Amino acid sequence: MSQYQFDYLDQLESEAIHIFREVAGQFERPALLFSGGKDSITLVHLALKAFRPGKFPFPLVHIDTGHNFPEALAYRDELAKTIGEKLIVRNVEDTIKEKGLTEPKGKFASRNALQTYTLLDAIEEFKFDALIGGARRDEEKARAKERIFSVRDEFGQWNPKLQRPELWNTYNGKIHKGENVRAFPISNWTELDVWNYIRRENIELPSIYFSHERDVIEHEGQLVAVSKFITLDPTDTVLKKQVRYRTVGDMTCTAAVESHASRIDDIINEIIATKTSERGETRIDDKVSEAAMEDRKKGGYF
Amino acid sequence: MDILRFITAGSVDDGKSTLIGRLLYDSKSILIDQLEAIEKQSKNREDGEIDLALLTDGLRAEREQGITIDVAYKYFSTPKRKFIIADAPGHIQYTRNMVTGASNSELAIILVDARNGVAEQTRRHSIIASLLNIPHIVVAINKMDLVEYSEDVYNNIVIDYTEVAKSLGLKDVKYIPISALNGDNIVEKSEKFLWYEGESLLDHLEKVEVANDINYTSARFPVQYVIRPQVDELHDYRGYAGKIISGVYRKGDRATIQPSGIETTIKAIEIAGKEVAEAYAPQSVVIHLQDDVDVSRGDMIVLKDNQPIVEQEFEALICWMGNKPLIPGNKYLFQINSRVVRSVVRDIEYKLDVNTLQKIDSPAKAELNDIIKATIKTASPIPMDSYKDLRENGGAILIDETSFVTVGACMIQ
Repeated sequence: MSQYQFDYLDQLESEAIHIFREVAGQFERPALLFSGGKDSITLVHLALKAFRPGKFPFPLVHIDTGHNFPEALAYRDELAKTIGEKLIVRNVEDTIKEKGLTEPKGKFASRNALQTYTLLDAIEEFKFDALIGGARRDEEKARAKERIFSVRDEFGQWNPKLQRPELWNTYNGKIHKGENVRAFPISNWTELDVWNYIRRENIELPSIYFSHERDVIEHEGQLVAVSKFITLDPTDTVLKKQVRYRTVGDMTCTAAVESHASRIDDIINEIIATKTSERGETRIDDKVSEAAMEDRKKGGYF
Repeated sequence: MDILRFITAGSVDDGKSTLIGRLLYDSKSILIDQLEAIEKQSKNREDGEIDLALLTDGLRAEREQGITIDVAYKYFSTPKRKFIIADAPGHIQYTRNMVTGASNSELAIILVDARNGVAEQTRRHSIIASLLNIPHIVVAINKMDLVEYSEDVYNNIVIDYTEVAKSLGLKDVKYIPISALNGDNIVEKSEKFLWYEGESLLDHLEKVEVANDINYTSARFPVQYVIRPQVDELHDYRGYAGKIISGVYRKGDRATIQPSGIETTIKAIEIAGKEVAEAYAPQSVVIHLQDDVDVSRGDMIVLKDNQPIVEQEFEALICWMGNKPLIPGNKYLFQINSRVVRSVVRDIEYKLDVNTLQKIDSPAKAELNDIIKATIKTASPIPMDSYKDLRENGGAILIDETSFVTVGACMIQ
């Protein structure tokens, strides 16, 4: 055995810091896409390790659909203040008004698809050339094939068949004007890795990740929070349940799971025991078609 | 708990995707909704069996055509290890993808169909594994159920492959008879092989020692980024941020900046803001130097007593990945770790037949998936090592200057 022991979380952390610094070294105007979810919170924590005592060489950018959990928004503002880094918020609401976009209709009218427009406008406005995101390859089959540095054309589109080979730990960030790179420092982490890391590093999370009482309705086996963003039908029964969120997206497209897990150890035990994947259990937007994620990525979604 | 990165080489016909599906399924890494999704798709197929191969085909075109186009990464863990699988297609037209997947792998599983024995593609996959210097090889002799779990069949394949391994200089080779379809010897040792005394595949993957593969003698630190806080109280702070790719650094060590050759001393090492007395590969750290010397991104901090080669003209094996051919005299960007310089590829000495290892002398050009040996001349000196000695500082990429696409993988000789 070697005298230099390096735990798997140390390896993942070091790899992520390396990717962060490659982005900082290779790009003029990067940004970190921050959603208030656990993956982007982990990214901020890793960025602190990569760049302190210096400032981040990028702002945090949040594309706010207007349908976010208030707890996640409060957490976002507090975090940016605590670490003293710049936060840019752009609202889907404004894009809808300015561009005359059509609001989706239906019971769970999701603005998820409209985020892409606001994101592309923000890229244009600030001339971002690299966007750092918290996507992981274990989340979904299309993501399993994406590079750590993933080039997007000027329409933000991903072309899975024309990806650059990515060898060793060498990242090719050369792009043409108008293109941008999406960079994914935690590509090789799984959901459980993220939770184990949050536990080890004692990272604070928004309260909705822990068990709490909430008014929900049941829809096709999933629990959806009652909020002003969803339309209740006369047939819906509002239930009071002890729930937590496994992922944090929009209130319209993120489902809660029933849980009494109020500490991080309990959550990790639940994840180890679970029989359903993260996106399968909590994302209403992925179930639309077999290739839902692939299609959205091709269209400029993260 | 640590991480093992491995590649599976083989084609759909060898049962590669079934093997991966089996590892994920039997280690309980496939969850109900994912299984339901593939069950649904399997029903659309004629035979109606659950097709574990569908787990690894991520893109719509792949599912429609039943082929693998690209490298997919899959993850599973046991209490002993986290595993990262690079799942790459094995046909000759996908050599590029296999090279990509192999570049980060510490182990290669080479699948052999027990009915066919050591075939042309077995040799090809082994040649690529040896060129990319993968330290550990597992020869998984699959479809043993179709040869009545015969010990003779197994023994003959071992004899044949031993020759291949010897000719290629493969170091650590393990042979395991399996049936991916039935799950024999994948997670648990199967009773079908009473004559087999070794471990199951997963047992071996859990135990194979990879920590010793890290080189702790040649200290190499490519500078990625310079941290200079623009605040008064940290006015003199100048930290070189990067990842130690090999070796060990200690406070007080005499260091050399390459390629300039300037000497200085390591003043301090920080990990996430905390000072440490020593740091080692593969840690990401910040290094402070004693003297105010010129160091920027792309430079390398090494220790005085163990220097890399610093050259401007050198030979490399190149796996060509571009759709347009490589023609001697063409210029490319050459990127090794954080250093990017202009370069020109000079004469091609030979092209390697990846099925037979035969050399074809002085070809006029290299096409997609060709592996060639050529001379590269760079615009400025590169601190590098021979790929065989130090993979971390001997592998580089070539980038097309106009399209910016990665077109070549270089293994410095």
